[in-house]
Amino acid sequence: MVDVPYEGIPGIPPAEVPDVELYHPRSWWTRYVFSQDAKVIAIQYSLTATAIGLVALVLSWLMRLQLGFPGTFSFIDANQYLQFITMHGMIMVIYLLTALFLGGFGNYLIPLMVGARDMVFPYVNMLSYWIYLLAVLVLASTFFVPGGPTGAGWTLYPPQAILSGTPGQDWGILLMLASLILFIIGFTMGGLNYVVTVLQARTRGMTLMRLPLTVWGIFTATVMALLAFPALFVASVMLLFDRLLGTSFFMPALLEMGTLSKHGGGSPLLFQHLFWFFGHPEVYIVALPAFGIVSDLISTHARKNIFGYRMMVWAIVAIGALSFIVWAHHMYVSGMFPQFGYFFATTTLIIAIPTAIKVYNWVLTLWRGDIHLTVPMLFALGFIVTFVNGGLTGLFLGNVVVDVPLSDTMFVVAHFHMVMGVAPIMVVLGAIYHWYPKVTGRMLNEAMGKFHFWVTFLGAYLIFFPMHYLGLLGVPRRYFELLDTTFIPSSAHSLNAFISVVALIVGFSQMVFLFNLVWSLFKGEASGGNPWRATTLEWQTPETPPAHGNWGKELPVVYRWAYDYSVPGAAEDFIPQNQPPRATQLVQGAAS
Amino acid sequence: MAVALILLLVAIGSVLFHIYSPWWWTPIATNWAYIDHTINITFWITGFVFVAVIAFMAYCVFRFRHREGRRADYNPENKRLEWWLSVGTGIGVAAMLAPGLVVWHQFVTVPADATEIEVMGQQWQWSFRLPGKDGQLGTSDVRNIASDNPMGLNRDDRHAQDDVVIESGDLHLQVGKPVKVLLRSVDVLHDFYVPEFRAKMDMVPGMVTYFWITPIRTGTFDVLCAELCGTAHYQMRAKVIVDEEREYHAWLEQQKTFAELSPAKAVVKTTYQSGSK
Repeated sequence: MVDVPYEGIPGIPPAEVPDVELYHPRSWWTRYVFSQDAKVIAIQYSLTATAIGLVALVLSWLMRLQLGFPGTFSFIDANQYLQFITMHGMIMVIYLLTALFLGGFGNYLIPLMVGARDMVFPYVNMLSYWIYLLAVLVLASTFFVPGGPTGAGWTLYPPQAILSGTPGQDWGILLMLASLILFIIGFTMGGLNYVVTVLQARTRGMTLMRLPLTVWGIFTATVMALLAFPALFVASVMLLFDRLLGTSFFMPALLEMGTLSKHGGGSPLLFQHLFWFFGHPEVYIVALPAFGIVSDLISTHARKNIFGYRMMVWAIVAIGALSFIVWAHHMYVSGMFPQFGYFFATTTLIIAIPTAIKVYNWVLTLWRGDIHLTVPMLFALGFIVTFVNGGLTGLFLGNVVVDVPLSDTMFVVAHFHMVMGVAPIMVVLGAIYHWYPKVTGRMLNEAMGKFHFWVTFLGAYLIFFPMHYLGLLGVPRRYFELLDTTFIPSSAHSLNAFISVVALIVGFSQMVFLFNLVWSLFKGEASGGNPWRATTLEWQTPETPPAHGNWGKELPVVYRWAYDYSVPGAAEDFIPQNQPPRATQLVQGAAS
Repeated sequence: MAVALILLLVAIGSVLFHIYSPWWWTPIATNWAYIDHTINITFWITGFVFVAVIAFMAYCVFRFRHREGRRADYNPENKRLEWWLSVGTGIGVAAMLAPGLVVWHQFVTVPADATEIEVMGQQWQWSFRLPGKDGQLGTSDVRNIASDNPMGLNRDDRHAQDDVVIESGDLHLQVGKPVKVLLRSVDVLHDFYVPEFRAKMDMVPGMVTYFWITPIRTGTFDVLCAELCGTAHYQMRAKVIVDEEREYHAWLEQQKTFAELSPAKAVVKTTYQSGSK
């Protein structure tokens, strides 16, 4: 800390928002279980998401065993394979990534970073978690019902999803839809909280353009999710009606296993439009928090302000807005009106521009920095590599005619795993290494962290980079076995086996990370309140881990933007946001 | 130091893999080489950007890594640089999008002389139909499907009588002749996918979709289903054989028409059925 006597700045009186006694915990139950403290809720969200995420990890091993060594594992049949891919996809996209970024990081970081005592509606926030947990339990229960979970693919396309011929069409699909409906109800409760907290509960001096990019990313993603999830909600309800009540929203006259069904007049494409009206923004609902968080990781660990902060904020907002008019690029070969191709290809490729600006600004932040290769920084670098790679292959798939040969092949699988699987998970992991000290007061073990990083980063790259070329060759996705073809050489089968072996290694290296999380809780080095010497408010709390109410008696007052690193003339290479300017210190950040 | 080197190796390794990988697209069999050209343009532009960004990042990690006494610059923004980068990116994007849209225009503009043929998908097999001597496909409806009318043709439609119906056999096409492939499904989504054709399109129950191609070389090609359609999705196979004109016609003459396949009494039976409803 710079040794500066506090001089009250005229114009910004000290904060006087009192700590509210109303909802302080009174027992063990209300402190740790039915807690209304956003930080406890964040941990509950994170642990639940991680637990169900481990299920998805195991499912990915099973499907890789089948793909790498077809015919070897008799305990996997074609139906189970479809169930594995469906549940893996759904869990990873919604129940892990969405829940972790918004429910986990959003809950922990928003109140701390904007200088609030808590979320504005703590009781609703608590309900949000419990409904999410219920959604996860309903989802997990499908593994134990007759027929097992649905195997319709994570996109749940009708008519297939609700007809016989697809595994899990009795119970699995019903419970999946019920679980999604619950998830959306729970998320809406949390999401309204995050938006209102950012807009209404910022402390004095915390203008919107002083918010850390983490908050901008989570805030914009939440607004998007509140607009996008209703489309999935509607689609789920209608599909449930088609299955349970015999309505025909999505069902034309068709045969079910050779017999004419009672349906008629519905449109399968309607479901696809609704699904992707949610599904494409969903990609950015996962990506934008990652963009925001990684900006802060890079800036902090390179000891340098984020380059082009204002452009970064506008790029987040622009991406968020544009992502609502690109959805049908998932449907170029769906049989929709062909002239849509021109419009959706154009909007999709335009998104590349704000996205590219973000990438440039991350690497330009490194330029003339003072780069500390800490574990969070390594994960941030790994994110840039995988995100640039996955983003660029998006330019293939977004460009309508190029998508025609590549759609529904392993190229698509490789692309979306790189860009919305590996890249955001790099950020999640980097962020955990970064904020673990604030949550627990202890550092994660660095040696284990570095091992974890290198195996995960290089392994994931070895899995997904060559996979693009299988797709280019024409290997289709969602295939239990490739069987005999004239165009797939035996070398492609060897590549599949290689990918499976690497996937198992990367999967097991996550156990090192889990061990590190537990081990460091007891044996980790004490971190102090601000181990990374960071500027943002969450590192300036009077206690670490922060107590309920976060700030003790007085809320912090914010005097500067979030990125005053290495300010010329300052004694230290960082100036916290709540540090008042000295009369002698004339240097101001352009954006402060 | 090591970190910068590994990052650089990732970029170089990716380029080398691209050049030397034995896995590349199948030799094309239709007029859609334009699509391959557009993919190539995209590979060049994105490959350049990928190497440039990663190499720059590796250089920064090497050159500006933390050492004792090092201090970062303070450099909030640079409007001019940011605009130049945005404009440059815009040009790169346009260079990929423009050819893409031109080729898409060709893709959705079916030539007037294209022959219409039909592919029908059902769990988990393919059926094909070719127009008969009248050069026109008859109408069909999923409600007409019966054991003696597997494709659900409309018996009252005179255009349907001479349609060539191939229920479980291979599809033959004539090299050099453009075809508009009409796609239909009677149960769930399917996708008629022949890697060598490049073109593909989903088949959606309740509607007819299409793409068009001109086969440019003879050969036998695998047909796969590219849209998840249930348990045996991966087993839904057929073959397309592209023939020279003479072989094609020899094959065509051996095929049965709808009228030949379903005897007259079946017609009576259907009339009776529809009358009793």
